[in-house]
Amino acid sequence: MSLLIGDTVIPSFGKGSSCVTGDHTFCWDWVREHWGDTLGPALWQHIELTAIAVVIGFAIAFPLALLAHRFRKLEQPFGIFSALLYTIPSLALFQFLVPFTGLTVTTVEIALVAYTLVILFPNIAQGLNSAPPDVLEAARGMGLTRLQTLTRVELPLAVPAIVGGLRIAVVSTVAIATIAAFLLPKGLGYPIFLALKEPTPFKTEIYSAGALAVALAIGCDGLLVGLRRVLVPWVSKGVA
Amino acid sequence: MSEAAEITFDHVTKRYAGRDVAAVDDLSLEIPAGAFCILVGPSGGGKTTALKMVNRLIPFDSGDIRIDGRSIRNLPVVELRREIGYVIQQVGLFPHMTVGENIGTVPRLLGWPKARTRERSVELLELVGLEPTDIKRYPAELSGGQRQRVGLARALAADPPLLLMDEPFGALDPITRFRLQTEMRRLHSEVGKTVIFVTHDIDEAIQLGDRIAILREGGLLAQYDTPDAILAHPADDFVAKFIGEDRALRRLALKRLSDVKLAPADGTEGHARVSIDTTVRNAVSLLLDTKADRLLVEGRDGEVVGVFRFSDAGALL
Repeated sequence: MSLLIGDTVIPSFGKGSSCVTGDHTFCWDWVREHWGDTLGPALWQHIELTAIAVVIGFAIAFPLALLAHRFRKLEQPFGIFSALLYTIPSLALFQFLVPFTGLTVTTVEIALVAYTLVILFPNIAQGLNSAPPDVLEAARGMGLTRLQTLTRVELPLAVPAIVGGLRIAVVSTVAIATIAAFLLPKGLGYPIFLALKEPTPFKTEIYSAGALAVALAIGCDGLLVGLRRVLVPWVSKGVA
Repeated sequence: MSEAAEITFDHVTKRYAGRDVAAVDDLSLEIPAGAFCILVGPSGGGKTTALKMVNRLIPFDSGDIRIDGRSIRNLPVVELRREIGYVIQQVGLFPHMTVGENIGTVPRLLGWPKARTRERSVELLELVGLEPTDIKRYPAELSGGQRQRVGLARALAADPPLLLMDEPFGALDPITRFRLQTEMRRLHSEVGKTVIFVTHDIDEAIQLGDRIAILREGGLLAQYDTPDAILAHPADDFVAKFIGEDRALRRLALKRLSDVKLAPADGTEGHARVSIDTTVRNAVSLLLDTKADRLLVEGRDGEVVGVFRFSDAGALL
């Protein structure tokens, strides 16, 4: 977008209707006008940041949880390590990583992945351990091998806990990913970051980006609830 | 393995680490093919340990267990277990599988074709008193009694020659338990498998078993015999106490009027009538109840076939 001398310096603000120039509570016309160059791309980047973090986080957490399930001694050290990770404030973690990986997507993703790990690992591990003792005894007594017990009994029974973990991981990653804007011009945090930098913060931009982040979190959560319903038909049907 | 397996415990001993007393101490038992053998005793008698040694869920220290003459030590453990039906008190149905999938577990492991597994599941549902339509239900939708029926069907799925049952009816309410005990008896006479059944309830042992092994604390075998022989001749004070002081009445409960040599009826009036399938115990109870000296016994066609007197009961013991 080209700037004209005399316009306000922040490109997303300044021009437009009286609603926009007067910074009223919420201006639909600004949203419509800037969907294509600001909000839409930011939403897409946000989805990308979140998806990469959750997918990588799951790809690391799942084998770790399997390992901890097989060798129970590992569960506690893994658990303590991930709990410690979670106590580090996300901004501090970004700052800590910048000297190593710079102001890059990698820095952001490392931090986001770390947080998803903290959520996914204990959920998957707990899910794998959730098969009742009588069920495991029956499986053993019927001649299921250890691997068959894992794939046919323990994994299916872990699905509710795993999907539960994914829900929390996705929703919190959507929230945490807005902070990525401190490092990168990416994601729904960036419009908010820019709007806050204005002499008077531009309300419409903050509200619309914020609302999109909330809607994204709710949408993802809804999808996962639907996934759970498909994968776990045996829980909802219970009468007991 | 044959249709019903013969099981031999040959001087089997098991000691758990850190315990002074053995769980099972030099246990020797011959369980004939097709027998319904009960392991009964107080807790600490090692009955569950003895049972779980047969499918090698618990290893034993010395001695040997043989199925049809083959030592279980020499059989691959997974294959051994797939040839033994296993039923436990908490049932252990797989909550994420339907009734049909639960029943089909071992057939699937053995690689049966799908159609055959399905056919077998329907057949078994009928055998254990469930509806074929139950095949699509999940365990959470069933009552406790129905779950144990599915557990039983699952154990029978691959037609194993031996069934191990660990207090299978212990968690059920008395009415459901009684119904399942009755059906278990019928089922045993229909399928003819060897059954080893653990319980701490001597009534259940007497009602179900055709052989009872009474184990005492320290895993010692106190007596092994038919229910009638144990009630008639308890081996020692421990057994006598364990089976209770009303053992004469318990023996009478095992016999029916059809076992009694009945005197011919001299008249058909003025006395209560009972069916020839009535237990002698119930007939005695009816005599006491009616304050009469005789009962008229009806055959299965309703004709009076004889007279039952109090002294007939005494003659049985």
